Amino acid sequence: MIKDPVIEVIDFNFYYGDKRALTDVNVKIEKNSVTGIIGPSGCGKSTFLRSINLMNNLILGARYEGKIMLDGENIIHKDVDVVELRRKVGMVFQKSNPFPKSIFENVAYGLRINGIKNKDLISRRIEESLKGAALWEEVKDRLNASAFDLSGGQQQRLCIARALAVEPDILLMDEPASALDPTATIKIEELIQELKKKYTIIIVTHNMQQAARVSDYTAFFMMGKLIEYNRTNLMFTNPEFKITEDYITGRFG
Amino acid sequence: MKIDINRIKEKIGFMILTACLLLVVLIIIVIFTNILINGYSVINIDFLIKSPTQGMTEGGIMPAIIGTFLVTIITAIFSIPLGMGCAIYLNEYAKQNWFTRLIRISIRNLAGVPSIVYGLFGVVLFVQLMNIGTSVLASGLTLSLMTLPMTITASEEALKNIPMSFREGALALGATKWQAISTNVIPYAIPGMLTGTILGLSRAAGETAPLLFTGVAFYLPYLPKGVFDQFMALPYHLYIMATQHHSIMEVRPIAYGTAMVLVALVFMMNLGAIILRYRLRKNRKE
Amino acid sequence: MKNRLPLSKKIKEALIHGGFLVNAVLVILVLLGIFVLLIWTSLPAFEQIPLKEFLFSSNWNPTSYVRESYGMLSMLVSSLLVTLGAMIFAVPISIGAAAFISDLASNRVREIAKPVVEILASIPSVVIGFIGITLIGPSIAKVFDLPDGLNAVNGSILLGIMAMPTIISLTEDALKSVPKSYTEASLALGATKWQTIIRVRIPAASSGIIAATMLGMGRAIGETMTVLMATGCAGAMPNSLFDSVKTMTSVIAIELGEVAYGTAHYYALFVVGLALFLITFAVNLAAEIIFNKKQKR
Repeated sequence: MIKDPVIEVIDFNFYYGDKRALTDVNVKIEKNSVTGIIGPSGCGKSTFLRSINLMNNLILGARYEGKIMLDGENIIHKDVDVVELRRKVGMVFQKSNPFPKSIFENVAYGLRINGIKNKDLISRRIEESLKGAALWEEVKDRLNASAFDLSGGQQQRLCIARALAVEPDILLMDEPASALDPTATIKIEELIQELKKKYTIIIVTHNMQQAARVSDYTAFFMMGKLIEYNRTNLMFTNPEFKITEDYITGRFG
Repeated sequence: MKIDINRIKEKIGFMILTACLLLVVLIIIVIFTNILINGYSVINIDFLIKSPTQGMTEGGIMPAIIGTFLVTIITAIFSIPLGMGCAIYLNEYAKQNWFTRLIRISIRNLAGVPSIVYGLFGVVLFVQLMNIGTSVLASGLTLSLMTLPMTITASEEALKNIPMSFREGALALGATKWQAISTNVIPYAIPGMLTGTILGLSRAAGETAPLLFTGVAFYLPYLPKGVFDQFMALPYHLYIMATQHHSIMEVRPIAYGTAMVLVALVFMMNLGAIILRYRLRKNRKE
Repeated sequence: MKNRLPLSKKIKEALIHGGFLVNAVLVILVLLGIFVLLIWTSLPAFEQIPLKEFLFSSNWNPTSYVRESYGMLSMLVSSLLVTLGAMIFAVPISIGAAAFISDLASNRVREIAKPVVEILASIPSVVIGFIGITLIGPSIAKVFDLPDGLNAVNGSILLGIMAMPTIISLTEDALKSVPKSYTEASLALGATKWQTIIRVRIPAASSGIIAATMLGMGRAIGETMTVLMATGCAGAMPNSLFDSVKTMTSVIAIELGEVAYGTAHYYALFVVGLALFLITFAVNLAAEIIFNKKQKR
């Protein structure tokens, strides 16, 4: 099914202290596609997403087993450069989290910490990123305004622009539209379709229709296990397991 | 009727509680008005810019003001970086283990150590072992240790108020831990850190006991020329004027004036902290 | 391999982490240092003065021509007497004020009352001592017809005033953390608000209030300038609250400045300091244990 995988997860387990949160996950992620991750609350979908850029390292007592191969390298390795990894694997959070800086400085942040000082380059990248996040037209005249002056949907697109500025290959999105109104949600979904031409996107969502609309592949997690993984159109029309069907038809969760 | 008795009891009870708070407020008012009324008439420009004369029965308190400023600045120089550094370790790096608990227990116990014991420690460590001698530096170092618990607690509180998303957002963009902390946490925590630190310093400025044997002087004919000189200080000067002078009643006005300047100084520092916090908050929003 | 962490960056991050760690360890070292230096400077005293004399003699007279004596008992009793006197009136008033702020006051009153109480905490102790001399002392003398008002009661009143902000704010925290369900259950049973405060809320917050009292007590025992100025500093064993007393802190404050370095008297003053340190340490530790027990429950 997967022809050109960028990420290959092999026998992956994740623990919070003694508690196992993910069990024997095996999955391949297709390049330049959108992979949706669905499942009931607490099923491990966010944990899985945050394993791919090792954000789970921030949690006390986090422990990984198995492999996550990225560009042929296992990132589950104590010597891995998490900084380099996170540059390659960008992330957009559930709740938009702009920094208390101007719009310009928000997008420039990732460039500045990477030591880029060239002003022209920074300006160019910021314009590209904001265009990439479909925000440029709305903010181009007020780049020095505070990021907090933007609406919720704009703030989330700003966070996407901020992630794009460091030129990642992969974009992780953790329920990026869950706090937004329907109009803003549609904008984000359209944006995702646009972005997949250049990036590989993995998106965690609570919203079944959203998964069906935006993703090419869907992974269904339950109780820390990957139950079913398939092309989205196949999974939503003809799920392999009864439990998947129950979930996507809204019988629980 | 039973309910009525309960109602009356409640009324009386509430009155007692209200009286308790009013008593506290009254105490504060009495203290301040007493000092203000008696100190006000003494204070003029000469009082602030002249040295004591005629066996300290006349003249001003300028050397004590300068000395207190000096020792407070030295205290700040040592206690701000050390306190903030410790807070950064505790809030950003420390894991939940016995070692971190030990640090926290130490901080809480340091906060309870009597100021005179800090004075004893300062005499042995700074004056004698480190051979600094009785000086404004030894006093400042002693005071900086004394204010450390307060600086740490206030700084940690400020760091705690910075949302986790600031750190996560930076890390997710490929910042190293230190980059995330230094560019996206500390700058926003600074106002809170400074506010708490200034409050701690205002305590230090009013302290007497730690100075007693580490460098404060009864009377000096000259100002300290460097950090290794002895100094006069407002709180100690007040103590002298109130209890140790050969004609106490004659210098009572000077004592009141000194008390008023000291209270005003401490107050200004408190006020400064509040204004600073307000200003920096406003700036951040813009 | 591109994805391996560059050594230079790793070292830099480790150095920064290490620097902050060393900084934090300093706190432990200061506490330990205070303890060790106090013991170290106290030890020579015991070569000349038996521990028994320190603990059980009430005669402190290091400058006697006949026989120097180093009994700490009367200053210890003085310290405890003044502190106890302070607590007797400060604790009920503080609990009352805290209960008012947390349970009765409107939001606006609360927002004014809290900083006002804080102001009391910011007044330097030497200023409080001065008030003791100029205001409270003469009042006591007048009311009780004494030659002067510089005695244990004066010290107690001042220390009580100084302990109030600590006790008020910690008691208020304790009252705030009483589960709402307790209060609601009591009110639902038809209890008045007053009954709920007295019978349910204050008892439920009792361990926090006790811890607050202990912390206030620790402060009071260790306070120097106020007692030095306001208690008259007579060295004899006090018989009543209206006697002039000389506390442990006063003894150190008065005598260390006058004593020759390296004499038995000098070391003996560090014994007093050590005793003071141990007492406050024990009181604070007890407060912490009581407080932690409450949190676990």
